[in-house]
This record gives sequence, C-alpha cells and structure tokens, in this order.
Amino acid sequence: MTFPEELKYSRSDEWVKFLDDSTALVGITDYAQSEMGDLVFINLPVVGDATEKETAMCDIESVKAVSDVICPLSGEILEVNEDLADAPETLNADPYGAWIAKIGNISETEELLTAAEYRAYRNC
Amino acid sequence: MKLIFELGAEGRGLSLMPPCDVPEVRLSDERTEALRLPHVSENELTRHYSALCKRIHGVNDGFYPLGSCTMKYNPKIDEDMAALPGFTQLHPLQPEGTVQGALEAYHTLGGALCEIFGMDDVSFQPAAGAHGEFTGVMLIKAYHVDRGDLNRTKIIVPDSAHGTNPATAAMCGFEVVNIPSGADGCVDLDALRAAVGPDTAGLMLTNPNTVGIFDKNILEITKIVHDAGGLCYYDGANLNAIMGVVRPGDMGFDCIHSNLHKTFATPHGGGGPGAGVCGCKAFLRKYMPGPLVVKKDGVYAFDYPEKSIGRVKMFYGNFAVVIRALTYVLSLGKAGIEDAAKCAVLNANYMKARLSDKFDMAYEGICMHEFVMTLVKLHDETGCSALDLAKGMLDFGLHPPTMYFPLIVHEALMVEPCETESKELMDEVCDIYCKLYDMAYENPQALHDAPVSTPVRRLDEVAAARNMVLRYQFS
Repeated sequence: MTFPEELKYSRSDEWVKFLDDSTALVGITDYAQSEMGDLVFINLPVVGDATEKETAMCDIESVKAVSDVICPLSGEILEVNEDLADAPETLNADPYGAWIAKIGNISETEELLTAAEYRAYRNC
Repeated sequence: MKLIFELGAEGRGLSLMPPCDVPEVRLSDERTEALRLPHVSENELTRHYSALCKRIHGVNDGFYPLGSCTMKYNPKIDEDMAALPGFTQLHPLQPEGTVQGALEAYHTLGGALCEIFGMDDVSFQPAAGAHGEFTGVMLIKAYHVDRGDLNRTKIIVPDSAHGTNPATAAMCGFEVVNIPSGADGCVDLDALRAAVGPDTAGLMLTNPNTVGIFDKNILEITKIVHDAGGLCYYDGANLNAIMGVVRPGDMGFDCIHSNLHKTFATPHGGGGPGAGVCGCKAFLRKYMPGPLVVKKDGVYAFDYPEKSIGRVKMFYGNFAVVIRALTYVLSLGKAGIEDAAKCAVLNANYMKARLSDKFDMAYEGICMHEFVMTLVKLHDETGCSALDLAKGMLDFGLHPPTMYFPLIVHEALMVEPCETESKELMDEVCDIYCKLYDMAYENPQALHDAPVSTPVRRLDEVAAARNMVLRYQFS
C-alpha cells in the first residue's frame, strides 16, 4: 500500500493535498479503497456548499457498504471531480489521482497526520 | 435459464377460470395497450417454478445461519392456518360486523406481542422491518412536535447499527449522530452522555446489539436519553434472543418494531411479504397509524387514534403474515416462546465454543443468539478472505453466514444458527467450517475458485451494482 510523502492524512482515511494556504484537494487513501472493496457509486458533493471539518461531505458505495467521506477541512467546495460520477472505480485504481473535491477558503483544518504517522496509525 | 416472459406462445394459457359470479364492469378506457402477461400452459408454468426451486436455497433446503436475519424454520401449520378460506376470501372493505374473526386475530396477536414487547399497543400496518422503524421514529417526531418542542432534530445511532437505522432517521427528517461502540461492542456511556442534549429527539438501539452481546448498561443508556428529554426506540432485529425472557419496555424503550418474518417464524426473504409490527407505550398511542383494533363490550372494532401520524400502508398490513405469526405464538405458548429464545442462545454459544479452537471471535465470552468471527489473521496468512470461505460453504450445500457486517468488525462472518437447528446439524456445519479453514492454508486456490458445484459460479457483483437491470426488458 502506498502513502505519498507530500500528502497529509486524516484518521478517517482521507488524504489532503494543499495547493496553497487556503486551497486543497481531498480524496480517499489507498487503505480506504482497499477496505471498502470495489466502489460502484459516489454521491459527489455540491459546488458552493460549505464544508465543516470532521463532518461528512459526500458518500461512496461499494459492493459491501455505503461510507461517508469525512471532510478534514472547514471551507467551501470550489470544484468536484465530475469524472468520478461515471467511473467510481478510478478511486480503486488510482486513489491519489482521483481527487474528490477541491476545497477553498479554508478556515480550519483538523489535526492531520504525515504519511509515516498514518502508516503507523493504520498499521500497514 | 429462460425467464417466464420468454416461455410459451401467443394465445397459450390456462383455461381453468371459474364462471364469473359478480356483475361484470367495464374498466377504465385509459389503458390503450394490453397487459404484457406471460402466455404459458399449466405444465410450462409448473416446470418453470420447479426449475427455479431447484436453483435456490431456503430454510426448507438446509442450514441458513444468516446473522441478524433470524432465518428460523417456518412451521407448516402456520401455512395451513393462513390458507383457511375464512381468512383468504375476506375483502379488506367488508363491514366490521362481518370480519369479527379477523379482527379477533389482530387483537389476540396484538395482546401477545404487547406482553412480549412490554408495550401497550401495536400497529400491524408496516410492511417490513425498515417500514416499522420509520413508523416508530415518526411516533417520536410526532411526540416532540405535539409538545411544541421543535428543537429536537437529532437521532443518536451507534456505529454498529443496521444501515436501516440511520436511513430511517434521515427519512424522518432527523440529523443522524453516530456514536462509537466501546471495545466490548456495547454503547460507550461517556460518548452517549456527550452526544445527548436539548437537540436530542431520541436513540435507536437494538439489544442484544449487532455483535450478539446483551448491553448490560441498558437501563443506564435509556435513562441518559430520557434525562435529556429524548425517547428510546428499540430495533427488534434481535428480539429472538430475548423474547419471553426480558422485555424492551422494561429496559426503558418507548417504542419498538419487530419483524414477524424473523422472530415469529413467518416466511422471510425473496421479497416478502413481511410484517414490521410497531409497538408503543400508552403515551404514544394517540400518534399511532390507524386504524387499531379495539374490543368494546365483546365486539371488535376499528379505532382511529386522535393525533395519528396517518396511514403508513393501505388497509391493515399483511394479514396472512399476521395469521401465521398468531399460529406460531399460540402453538408455542408462553413457555415455548421463552424456550425458543433460550435455545437460540444455546445453539449460538454451542457453535461459538466449537469453532473457537480455529476461528478468532470478534468478541470473547458468552454471546446471545449470534456471534461474529473475524478472519483477519486467516486473510493475512493465506490470502483467503471471509468472502472466499463463504463461497466455499456453497459447495457443501450450506448458506453462508452474513459477511462483512457489522462494519466495525473486519473480515466478519456473523453466524445465527436459530433454535430450530439440531445439535447433529450444527456439528456437521462446524466440521465443514473447520475443513474450509484448513483448506485456506493447504489449498487457497481451491477457495478462490469456489463455488464449483452451484448453478452459477461467482457473480459479478460490481457489474450488477454498476449496471442494474431490475425488470424484464420487452423488445
């Protein structure tokens, strides 16, 4: 399983890639996609909606279960990755390329982990 | 295998229609094309269903330990009673005076269920479990709204809950607050205390919980919610473990649903019909869906509660299911109901103890009517997952246990043998489970390839979920 060094990680298995101080991309980790199994549906967030840290911003569905994607940042949805709607399997194949949402106007960030800390936290 | 629409030929059919004994009426002219019904002869029809029967697995075929689903055997006397012409030939719009027997059946079963639930009244309208949940949580909503307490917008649901619980709360317009379970799989009291407040509408809980453990803090749990001004809803999914022994009403719950098709032995699965009877304490009765059956001066009648949330289904629920459940309750009697629950718990503990030598249990100690195994170690060491083991069971003619549920247990297999299975059968099943466990180490590829003896091999679940075909496509 890979956890790129340049990303930050949440304890609820999302990754965050800061583009600048107040803008970031959010997706789910390799661990998350592997635990969920084959993904079949994503209910994408809505552009313009506010996000609150540690609160669900959208949900994804695998053949096993439906899970919330928890947003680690308080801010606003600037953009969503529309391609995922037709191809949720990209989240399995390329979890770090398949960003879900671009968050802007970030006012608060939950305490995030480094790649090494996240690997230790998930013991993998 | 062909579908029934692909069989037969135009004009073919059954010609055994009895002569019409009611006045003929002309139906609406709005339908412009004929109904597309199958045109098959009687032998084509019976062969079609016989062929389907050979390809399925039900409680009449063998072991069916689907955890949290209570797939107990359905006694055939229940079917005999439900097939009595006095019941089957009723019309739901008949005047009350002509259906006293049917109303007595509702009233009698309602009384027995109130005693088992520890509730004061029941409605038989909900068609299935999630529908019963919806009705119960709507009662909670009606209670708060009626008191003018409009700030109670949140329903608390533990993370081990059935997915229908948060779905129900959301459907009723509440915000769902998820609270984590403790290491023992039970409600974390501190997390619950932190979650309740003036915005708490209620708590949805099942006890024994989803990992098969009776929450010993149940009285404290319901008190915390009540002290905060919320109500407690009991999900009857696991009632089979406690019926006749302890009552949800005595645990502090205010309303409940119970699946007659699980606990009360009516047929289950394959699309129903089920029955998710909803029960409540007296102070919630005025919000119940109407009509409810009451007895006044020896006569049964319908009663419409004054502040009813309204109907949740046409007429009176699935009546034939009610007759089956009534037959079950009357044939078991008070002692038999309690005995069934105790045997369900005994059977689960017997299998858990026998399997503990090889399999890791998610939670140690005595369980209730079901137990959860966690196959993480087996998966890490052999590459064989819970899914592989489950598929392997199919080749032995067994229905697998529930897989990957509850979500808080990894590589979960959840086994609920039910009271209706014998020690001999459970011994045989335990031997097969152990054999499959050994096979994972000796020949993992064989398990990855399983099943090999079923009408279809591994189904493409991903394709089925991504490209749903839910009805026959007429060309």
